[in-house]
Amino acid sequence: MTGPRLGLWCDGVPRRALVLCGILLAVLLAAPLALNSYLLSVLILVLYFAYTGQAWNVMMGFAGQLSLGHSLYIGLGAYTAAALFMHFGINPWVGSLAAMVVAAAFGAAVGYLAFRFGIGGVYFALLTIAFAEFTRIGFDHFPWVGGAGGLFLKVVGKGRFDLLHLRGSAVMFYYLLLALTVAAFLLCHRLMRSKIGYYWLAIREDQDAAQALGIHTFRYKMYAVLLSSAMTALGGVFYAFYYNNLFPEQIFSMERSVEIVLGPIIGGLGTLFGPLLGAFVLTVLAEGLRDLLSALGLALPGATQVFYGVCLLAVIVFLPDGIWPGLRRLLGLDRAAGPGPKREG
Amino acid sequence: MMLEIAGLDLAYGDAQALDQVSLGVPERSIVAIVGANGAGKTSLIRTIAGIHKPRAGTISFRGQDITGLPCHRVCDLGIGQVAEGRQIFPTMSVQENLEMGAMLPRARAQAKAAMAQIFAMFPRLAERRVQAAGTLSGGEQQMLAIGRCLMGQPELIMFDEPSLGLSPALVQEVFNAIRKLHDSGLTIILVEQNVALSLAIADKGYVLENGRIVMSGSGRELLGDDRVRQAYLGL
Repeated sequence: MTGPRLGLWCDGVPRRALVLCGILLAVLLAAPLALNSYLLSVLILVLYFAYTGQAWNVMMGFAGQLSLGHSLYIGLGAYTAAALFMHFGINPWVGSLAAMVVAAAFGAAVGYLAFRFGIGGVYFALLTIAFAEFTRIGFDHFPWVGGAGGLFLKVVGKGRFDLLHLRGSAVMFYYLLLALTVAAFLLCHRLMRSKIGYYWLAIREDQDAAQALGIHTFRYKMYAVLLSSAMTALGGVFYAFYYNNLFPEQIFSMERSVEIVLGPIIGGLGTLFGPLLGAFVLTVLAEGLRDLLSALGLALPGATQVFYGVCLLAVIVFLPDGIWPGLRRLLGLDRAAGPGPKREG
Repeated sequence: MMLEIAGLDLAYGDAQALDQVSLGVPERSIVAIVGANGAGKTSLIRTIAGIHKPRAGTISFRGQDITGLPCHRVCDLGIGQVAEGRQIFPTMSVQENLEMGAMLPRARAQAKAAMAQIFAMFPRLAERRVQAAGTLSGGEQQMLAIGRCLMGQPELIMFDEPSLGLSPALVQEVFNAIRKLHDSGLTIILVEQNVALSLAIADKGYVLENGRIVMSGSGRELLGDDRVRQAYLGL
């Protein structure tokens, strides 16, 4: 099945992995036919976290730069595309280009400040939080986009399927998000095996050594931030047009940032399937917990957050590499059975 | 002179790390820089490599002023370094680690030939080529770090404490490798706490104390000097 064009993507991927990927994709493609609207909305949430997690993973998983303020890029992406659409009637697809540019510009500012002045690790994370927070406060007082009162997109024709203007049913949004997730997955897959992917890995593993080998660490860390922020912004555009309402307090909140981070960490940092798997496990379990609690007649605000915390603890203690590396071994997808480096996928 | 340093000053905030350091490294020589912990040896190497920006002074390489050049540009001129503590990439395989060393434009074309040479020089690495570098022994990791540096086709290699944490037998092996590299035409700067061994193979030595060069001379002269013998060799 590896024709000349497919070969580019499948080179070196075990056949078994390709088959499993195909099955997974087929299931995801067929899912809307079998699911009711509630379950579909859960699956949309799963894909949303899978996509944004994948975008975040570029920065942390690949290049080792911990961002705890990715809600910044979600919010900027969402607000840019939504405001352009509302005020000037600019098509959301054009708007998403603008959204990516705006988010990348903010990312560039964060990255430049941090990398130019040698801020790393936890201090870098604090800087990302600071940027997200003051942007949130800025948007609270930004009347053009509705300030703290929020920005609302007109909800028209739930039954429509207007892909061009991003107005339509949940099913349309589902397929759109699925396409985005698959595209992000393929992009990351390519990047991991490219020169830039190896540079990132070198920077993540030992930045001093990477520098000593002549890798322009500043530049490659910037690439990671730019790519990650632009990708995340697209997730934000989706969020805006799917939910139709934006509030700075919600979209720029620390909670949003943490939700993005949890999936990849629980699934497996720096792996391709980690963000997908983590998003699936967390979202499905959290929704299940919510249903269970409401069935029992218990209203426990914050139960989800406690649950996230427990999941995180469990993974850190029992599966420090995340769920995916173990699952990969179970599925027999490890390339070499020997002591070789286990990093792919 | 291949590398010439004049009046180099480096400070971390208020702490003066290098104070008016001047030294010269002739082509195809081994220059040892010795001194106690915290004397400024690593700071000196990192400043030459472009990691730290000096407050004053100049560094020139073959007549070209390279003071303040960014790291990757310095590398591309042919100045390689084998950093302290080996700094290999633990989850990459041995071969991938070596490949990482040949990413510079100047090295890419010769990468295959260079790797064959390195495997001939360190057969243990060839045996372990697909193994994750983090699983190698300390000595093997040091060999890998040296090999990775060689992949970049350097003409001047700076070694920072290559004997650190190695058994005496392995230290000897590392020094033999350094001597072999020197014989093949490379110029070497050797920063070491192992004063006796490094001065023994050095053409020229400098003694650093509190960021200042307090003594210099041929390796043999310094080894015979009473003050050096007393302070660093415990004789």
